[in-house]
Amino acid sequence: MSTLLDIQDLAINFKTRSGDVHAVDGVSFQLEAGKVLGIAGESGCGKTTTALSIPRLLPSNARLVRGHILFDGVDLMQFSEGEIEKIRWKQISMVFQGAMNALNPVKTIGAQIIEPIVWHEPAIARGDANQRVLELLERVGIPAARARSYPHEFSGGMRQRVMIAMALACRPKLIISDEPVTALDVMIQAQILNLLKDLQKQMNLAMIFISHDLSVIAESCDEIAIMYAGKLVERGSIRKVFSQPAHPYTQALIRSFPNIYGKQELIHGIPGYPPNLIHPPTGCRFHERCDRCIDICAQSEPVLREVGEGQIAACHRIGETLP
Amino acid sequence: MNATAVPASRPPNLWVQVWEIPLGRAGIILLGIVLVLSLVGPVVFPFNPKDITSTAADILQPPSSMHWLGTDELGRDVFRETLVGARLSLLVGLLATAISITLGSIIGLLAGYYRGAVGITLMRVTDFFLVLPLLPLIIILAAIFGQSFSITIMVIGLTSWPSTARIVRSQVISLRERQFIERIRSLGATDLRVIAVHILPNVLPLIYANTVLVIAGSILSEATLAFLGLGDPVRVSWGTMLHFGFVAGAAGRGAWWYLLPPGLGIVLVVLGFTLAGHTLDQLLNPRLREF
Amino acid sequence: MNPALLSIKDLKVYFELRQGLPLPWREPDVVKAIDGVTFDILEGEVLALVGESGCGKTTIGKTLLRLIEPKAGIIQYRDQDLAHLKGVSLRAMRQKMQLIFQDPYESLDSRQSVFDILAEPLVIHQRVTQKKDLQACVFEALESTGLHPAAEIAQRYPHHLSGGQRQRVAIAAAMILEPEFIVADEPVSMLDVSVRAGILQLMLALRHQKNLTYLFITHDLSLAWVIADRIMVLYLGKVIEIGPSDRLIHAGTHPYTQALVSVIPSPIPDRSREQIILKGETPSPVHVPEGCRFHPRCWKFQRLGSPKECLTQEPDLRQVAEGHLAACHFLD
Repeated sequence: MSTLLDIQDLAINFKTRSGDVHAVDGVSFQLEAGKVLGIAGESGCGKTTTALSIPRLLPSNARLVRGHILFDGVDLMQFSEGEIEKIRWKQISMVFQGAMNALNPVKTIGAQIIEPIVWHEPAIARGDANQRVLELLERVGIPAARARSYPHEFSGGMRQRVMIAMALACRPKLIISDEPVTALDVMIQAQILNLLKDLQKQMNLAMIFISHDLSVIAESCDEIAIMYAGKLVERGSIRKVFSQPAHPYTQALIRSFPNIYGKQELIHGIPGYPPNLIHPPTGCRFHERCDRCIDICAQSEPVLREVGEGQIAACHRIGETLP
Repeated sequence: MNATAVPASRPPNLWVQVWEIPLGRAGIILLGIVLVLSLVGPVVFPFNPKDITSTAADILQPPSSMHWLGTDELGRDVFRETLVGARLSLLVGLLATAISITLGSIIGLLAGYYRGAVGITLMRVTDFFLVLPLLPLIIILAAIFGQSFSITIMVIGLTSWPSTARIVRSQVISLRERQFIERIRSLGATDLRVIAVHILPNVLPLIYANTVLVIAGSILSEATLAFLGLGDPVRVSWGTMLHFGFVAGAAGRGAWWYLLPPGLGIVLVVLGFTLAGHTLDQLLNPRLREF
Repeated sequence: MNPALLSIKDLKVYFELRQGLPLPWREPDVVKAIDGVTFDILEGEVLALVGESGCGKTTIGKTLLRLIEPKAGIIQYRDQDLAHLKGVSLRAMRQKMQLIFQDPYESLDSRQSVFDILAEPLVIHQRVTQKKDLQACVFEALESTGLHPAAEIAQRYPHHLSGGQRQRVAIAAAMILEPEFIVADEPVSMLDVSVRAGILQLMLALRHQKNLTYLFITHDLSLAWVIADRIMVLYLGKVIEIGPSDRLIHAGTHPYTQALVSVIPSPIPDRSREQIILKGETPSPVHVPEGCRFHPRCWKFQRLGSPKECLTQEPDLRQVAEGHLAACHFLD
């Protein structure tokens, strides 16, 4: 397997009136071609910022402090805006949460799906491009006849399918899905998740799947990265992390979701609230809310270390939890 | 999910915000000058309307060191007359606006809050007034009720409220669907309380902005009425000055100094209120704020 | 079993869609948001109301509180019929029933301080007249919902609070009149996962302290399973199954319930289980299908070779076991 994406020591700040928000601080991970990585965490943990920095889609007040984003061996950080534009949609495409906002209300969906194709492949014959749009629609489960419909004629689930067709239009290598099923009903959510899973396998896509919902990630990813307050706190295969979570935050997060195949008991929470990232806490960023916090946690920052096969976590007390 | 944090501090005072926008600042400066001149001016330069001469040498004289802006057709000082006229123009504008805004706000609040028969009826009445050709109506009303200062105010006030009612109503309609209003209703609050304590404060900024615009309109209406000869003939306003100047043939005799000061006064005051009002509207009207 | 606090009989809520002129020969489109539901809410229980968006769950909650007018039916609250209360007696009843909303950013008036938000219900119903007593009541309510220090929180405005804190303020405001019955409409779905548990624990603790009854509206079946005593499943404005929560999740009998349960994502990966994915989406409540309203999407209907009953006859709720009812012609 070859490494498709290699993020090294990424740090991103947001300039705000009250000061710089350290949204992402020293995040590194790799993604192999054809694999699905889930990034989980609560709102404000930096998962969306990390992912959107890859196709350079961050808001204008974001500043890249340091780091490298190697895609197919090339550092995207060195690219000009124009060069990045050539990669967006062509190599890296996105599926967002609110499909209605991402679609143009006055254009048919067919016209919107064809746009990236024509833009990235100017040599393509009109007929071939149209043919590809119809194939894409069939592929995401929309009858080809509906290419001439407008976004408002579709339900939320169908619009999300349109978004997926658009993301696939130029046969990218990597798809970034940011909370793709969050606003959808359970049944529609299951439909979309299965569709994404099938397409990913058929087309051997690499995917970054961002969600606050651990259950959704558990169902659709190969690996998971847990973020807290701008830091990567744990990473590993889905099976490992869910069966033997090493970081206290991961453990607490898993206990925050009810599991109908487990014990019927009220979910557990985490006391307190996520920290203010203008002045992040010293030491481990989770120490204020952690039930296993000792003196050293407030003083020095734990580094990520191997805790099992292909599983890493950043906690001072990990040695003690291992058998 | 990833909503950014709301800023913790409240925005600065509204007038400070208006001041920071160049057009708004120009409006405030204009209004400030006119207000000071109209309040202080007549005290420093008193004007006696009965100070009439019949000597031809004093009538419609061009500006001189004696009369800075010349004299009118009765030999009175135009400069002093303009300062006094400002008072009446502003007063009519403010009082008519008070009637108009009160009426418009109440009707707008009720029409927006009660969606049934009450709301529909009020809106039909509003639409009726909105499409009435205003000037002929005002002329007829003024002709019926006579020419006096208070009638002018009533007529302007009673015909200019529909736009306020419409703006307030549309805002109330969107507010009453908001969850916090529904929560208050589910607590068992009376309609009066919901409207007065929760809806009114939320539409008040919009009413402020509208008030400033309505004042500009009212001053213009007063000037129009007075110019047409429907104003109060015994009081001096900018409108009556224009009327008497026109009747006396000031335009034909080249007596520009008689028509220019009141005309320019109206233009500047209306401009001042309009600039300030539009800036307020931009800051406060939720429909204009973003997109 | 506890006696019923509320008994709802054949409740209907219709909305008319206005299109063009109200000409006498033109029948207006009617949305049958609630199309005849009958159920009890027992004293002291948590009844979860689940279903997909558009099934009418929020409409039921708001109709019980008389924030939406019912078209027909009876809402028996102890010995009073809420559906026909008016004016002063309705306002008096409102003290006993409160609503907790989904979005704590929207449900509080941003112009009011926390103190004013909490004092308002007491002022409306003239429960407290002395200013000193008012303060004592407000501080006590804040403390009891875990908002410390009360004196400091009371001075703040909603935008100074986090989502979890706002929801606590909303709960405190709902509890301050000491109600008996609470409708909670997705009270945690807008909150971060780590603070959800705290809010739910608070709601359940208050239930025991103050002997409350909850109608808990949620789209999340697994959450309903852990918080509720009974679960009621709604489809297109009709109750299709109701029963004890564990039974409903693990021994649900209606094909719709079974499908919904089968697609609940589980945080335990690699569980081999059969998902029943329903095709298409819930139809519009303007055009409710004939017969059983679920049949166009029903997997069992297809497996059984399109039986005639499903096409022609609307199934009634039938008893499956003690306290467990379902509306299907072909129950397991």
